[in-house]
Amino acid sequence: MFNELFSSEAWAEALPIIRGQFLLSTWETLYVTVLSTFFAILIGLPLGVILVAGDEKGISPLPKWIIKVLNMIINILRSVPFLILMILVFPLTRAIVGTTVGTVATIVPLVIAAFPFIARLAETSLREVDPNSIEMAQSLGASPWQIITKVMIPESVPLLISNATTAITTILGYTAMSGIIGGGGLGKIAINYGYYRYRYVIMFAAVILLVVLVQIFQSVGNKIATASDKRLKV
Amino acid sequence: MIILDHVCKTFVGTDGQVEALKDVSLTVPDGDIYGIIGMSGAGKSTLVRTINLLERPTSGHVFVDGTDMTALTPEELRKKRREIAMIFQNFDLLMQKNCLKNVCFPLELAGVKPAAAKKRALELLELVGLSDKASAYPAQLSGGQQQRVAIARALASDPKVLLCDEATSALDPGTTHSILELIRDINAKLGITVIIITHQMSVVESICRHVAILDQGSVAETGEVSEVFADPKSRAARSLVFPEGNIDDLFKDLGPEQHFIRVVFDGSQATSEPLIAHMAVEKGIEASIAYASMREISGRTYGSVLLEISGGRRTVEEAIEYLTRKENVSATEVQPHV
Repeated sequence: MFNELFSSEAWAEALPIIRGQFLLSTWETLYVTVLSTFFAILIGLPLGVILVAGDEKGISPLPKWIIKVLNMIINILRSVPFLILMILVFPLTRAIVGTTVGTVATIVPLVIAAFPFIARLAETSLREVDPNSIEMAQSLGASPWQIITKVMIPESVPLLISNATTAITTILGYTAMSGIIGGGGLGKIAINYGYYRYRYVIMFAAVILLVVLVQIFQSVGNKIATASDKRLKV
Repeated sequence: MIILDHVCKTFVGTDGQVEALKDVSLTVPDGDIYGIIGMSGAGKSTLVRTINLLERPTSGHVFVDGTDMTALTPEELRKKRREIAMIFQNFDLLMQKNCLKNVCFPLELAGVKPAAAKKRALELLELVGLSDKASAYPAQLSGGQQQRVAIARALASDPKVLLCDEATSALDPGTTHSILELIRDINAKLGITVIIITHQMSVVESICRHVAILDQGSVAETGEVSEVFADPKSRAARSLVFPEGNIDDLFKDLGPEQHFIRVVFDGSQATSEPLIAHMAVEKGIEASIAYASMREISGRTYGSVLLEISGGRRTVEEAIEYLTRKENVSATEVQPHV
């Protein structure tokens, strides 16, 4: 497999494909990742808030069964392997997008797989908020909604950003898998050329590009998280 | 006026019940600076939290200006809490907001327009002497500065009551002194009733008019600070006034000509002058030190000394007069209780 990397023939064959398809594939990977992360945060963050605020000892305790059911759904969704989940949500995908194949169609299973993960990350971020700050807000007459929007979320912004970075890199990994059900992107290229046609040079090139993308997301995310943390100002 | 009426608080934990407050009744007059002191675990923090109902009493009532706090709806309670500001041991500023935004926070909660809130916040930062720190973040400030911002924030909603929960416990004595000065100023200027929770005797001594001594969830003693300290009746009060010496032993074989005087140094410049030696030379009053706990910070002395003096009533009065001529020194005779 690896000696092909040193064969000029294999490279000569691969270069036109890399030139012709990689730009579009990278773009597909990026927009699927960003859109999926966006929708997953849209669902996951409120769930994380509910888990923390609605907790028995939270600022606005909800009936215990609601929290239990929520936890169960999140745990179940998180334990189904993504490959299987993609297939299980076909009916939902069809209902929303109209088809189950193609790049856009992979956004649905990606969101379903990612929002429980993001809910957990949001939950742990929000639990880190100093309980004294919450008590302080209560002493000033803040309502539960005000505590959520003006204390819990703003105070955990740096942690939320670094956890969102973790989420986006994980989702990027998932997009690669969606090549199997006809989703576009670098994953599709790696599978189609590398796995089905034994064109390892192309597969390696796609994988390296994925690694680079993860690195970029991670370091940009870390920078933003650090810059946003006012505790680190000197 | 704040009235605690037979307040009890029981916490139910995993290993049984803990009675944090046992039938506590207190009255705090308007405009007072009222100290609540006790050892750690005495229930002080729980007690102060029942006033703004951060802790709901298991039984009993809390009245703030005639309103029964325990009978309010959640919405009414939130409104009422704006009249009862609170400052904390760890300042509890929002770390991701700058000082100005922190002071604006209570106004924002109350729905005050941003421009008006900002104007008010700047005035308050000026009042606490930090107008130049408006755009600084809490992490960039010292503990004393953070507590000043917290005080400005507490004052933003024009409260009638200021609750201080160990507000100076995380500060060094010098900073403590300046924060207490600020609180005293605010009390005098704005007429806000101040309740101070502390385990530090010096805090009560330097600022409070009245004091309640809390011992294992019950009020052991209440009264004017000077009276309680000069004449501590309960065991809890005595162990606070004389934290290390077993005062009861000292008083056991007290002759009729033996007297004890408690001298308190609250930031006085006593170090440049050997006060007790001078008293002996100038007045001919010889005093021996029965107990002392002193600290010197940047040339100022904080702490207290228990002096034993032999002589008649005249001598005691003379000694007290001599000692209290010095700035920031107070002295009172301590009565034995055997």
